[in-house]
Amino acid sequence: MLGLNKSAGKPREETDAKRVQFNSRLLPYLFLAPQMAIIFIFFYWPSVQAIHSSFYLEDPFGFGSTFVGMANYTDVLKSGEYLGIARFTAVFTALVTFFSLAIGLLLAVKADGVIRGNATYKTLLIWVYAIAPPVAGLMGMMMFDQHIGPLVKVAAFFGWDMKVGLNYNDTAFAMIVVSVWKQIPYNFIFFLSGLQGIPVSVREAALMDCRSGFRRFWTVILPLLAPTAFFLLIINTTYALFDTFGVIDVMVKDKAANNPITLVYKVYMDGFRGNDLGGSSAQSVILMIIVFVLTIFQFRFIERRVHYN
Amino acid sequence: MHRTKLFDHVILMMGVFFMVGPLLVALMTSSHEAAEIHRNGLQILPGGHFIDTYTTVLTKQGGFTGKITGLRMMMNSLILGFGFAAGKIILSMLAAYALVYFRFRFATITFWMIFTTLLLPLEVRILPSYEVMNTLKLTNTYTGLIVPLLASATGTFYFRQFFKSIPDELLEAARIDGAGPFKFFIDVIVPLSKTMIAAIFIIMFVYGWNQYLWPTLMTTDESFFTLVRGIKQILLVWVGSNIPDYNEAFALAILAMVPPVMIVMIFQRWFIKGLTESDK
Repeated sequence: MLGLNKSAGKPREETDAKRVQFNSRLLPYLFLAPQMAIIFIFFYWPSVQAIHSSFYLEDPFGFGSTFVGMANYTDVLKSGEYLGIARFTAVFTALVTFFSLAIGLLLAVKADGVIRGNATYKTLLIWVYAIAPPVAGLMGMMMFDQHIGPLVKVAAFFGWDMKVGLNYNDTAFAMIVVSVWKQIPYNFIFFLSGLQGIPVSVREAALMDCRSGFRRFWTVILPLLAPTAFFLLIINTTYALFDTFGVIDVMVKDKAANNPITLVYKVYMDGFRGNDLGGSSAQSVILMIIVFVLTIFQFRFIERRVHYN
Repeated sequence: MHRTKLFDHVILMMGVFFMVGPLLVALMTSSHEAAEIHRNGLQILPGGHFIDTYTTVLTKQGGFTGKITGLRMMMNSLILGFGFAAGKIILSMLAAYALVYFRFRFATITFWMIFTTLLLPLEVRILPSYEVMNTLKLTNTYTGLIVPLLASATGTFYFRQFFKSIPDELLEAARIDGAGPFKFFIDVIVPLSKTMIAAIFIIMFVYGWNQYLWPTLMTTDESFFTLVRGIKQILLVWVGSNIPDYNEAFALAILAMVPPVMIVMIFQRWFIKGLTESDK
């Protein structure tokens, strides 16, 4: 039953990259079984369930459900509240992505440039990667606390009466600061390893051609970092959309009323607090489509990068 | 030249201050008394109550939670972190081994079915996932806490990528020596993957330890709370108290971050390797 198999001539498919493989009727399925079982039960089943419930209006007490077609979707997309949250999510995502990428890049370029203390800076700057988003949120709450928060005092010094948790814009500001803080190490690590991958010969050639450090960075280094930057752009977007849940949950303390929240938080609120299964599912499906598009974008891009390499 | 370097150091130090400052403040503040913090704000110097605050948080029942201690939460966090990391590595090594080293009929479709799980994070399907767990009666169990998180196949892709880079000659040589698929896996693949396993273990441990949304939904029974899940409890107790236990809150936050931070620091090289080379 077992034997070597050499596929000659035939172009190799994605899944069998090896020239030599085992032949067995049962074993591969046996090895795949645990993974596939978990994927089916905990991924496909709930995903199909979400799509299914998004077309139904569920009785909150569990007495059956009625098919309502696209009504859940039209309700969601017509709701001013939902659109407001969508707008906030877009602004939040854009700002978090921009600032965490920019600061991460700046620190990576500087850390790459200095010789003394390079390793120490690196270690200190990546610590925060290991902190959970809600813990980061809690730290933020303390820093922006009405009574004890030093950042509120700093703001007061500039005449800004900051009321995080009460004032919509102030809460949004604090949420963005905390989310950026949490994400900088990730971008720093990737930019630094991207920078260290640039060959010395390229740097030396650039140094001879151009004396201005800023121009050299702009015309030589940055284009070479573009693949890393693009990859990070997608990752940061997904981070801001989904992984900030913990930050937001801690900072709005279940009182979403006058506070800014993102789309994922809204799915959670409607599903678990509001018991609106259909509406929550329709929102889930809308989010699925957004992530789907983002990921396809990312993989197409990675393919292209591999191709050029 | 010299001046620009100085300027670089200033920027880096500002970066370090911004990143590490809050952690230092949290650590220092946790060693002061709640009333003192309430009066004087956050602290940057160590206080004299370090040991008693941490002893209280770790061993006293009550406080932020009704009946469990910080130690119990820490144990749950460790179970989640280790269980998740170990589960992920075993599942994904086996699956990747099947995909790379075997020729079988449904290989392509299997590959795509696994691939699809990367497209949708858990956050977009929380409510139906919760319903499924309810149907299976898995809420408030360690299985329910860990296993559903394994459904995303990131690990399978790391290992698939890595196995593909192992030279074909090894399998040919092993075949000549008469090794079957099990022997080849145990004696060749596992030893070759050591570094990869270590790197992925670190990333997955930190990921598992830091889970928040899923444990929040799955565990209503306090005896299953993790430290990160316990953070939510702090804030619920907070509302309505005169002088919140700032010190204990900070101590709990510090306890929740120390193990993953230590692991990332100690195994920094492997961690960075795992993170950047596996591309997501």
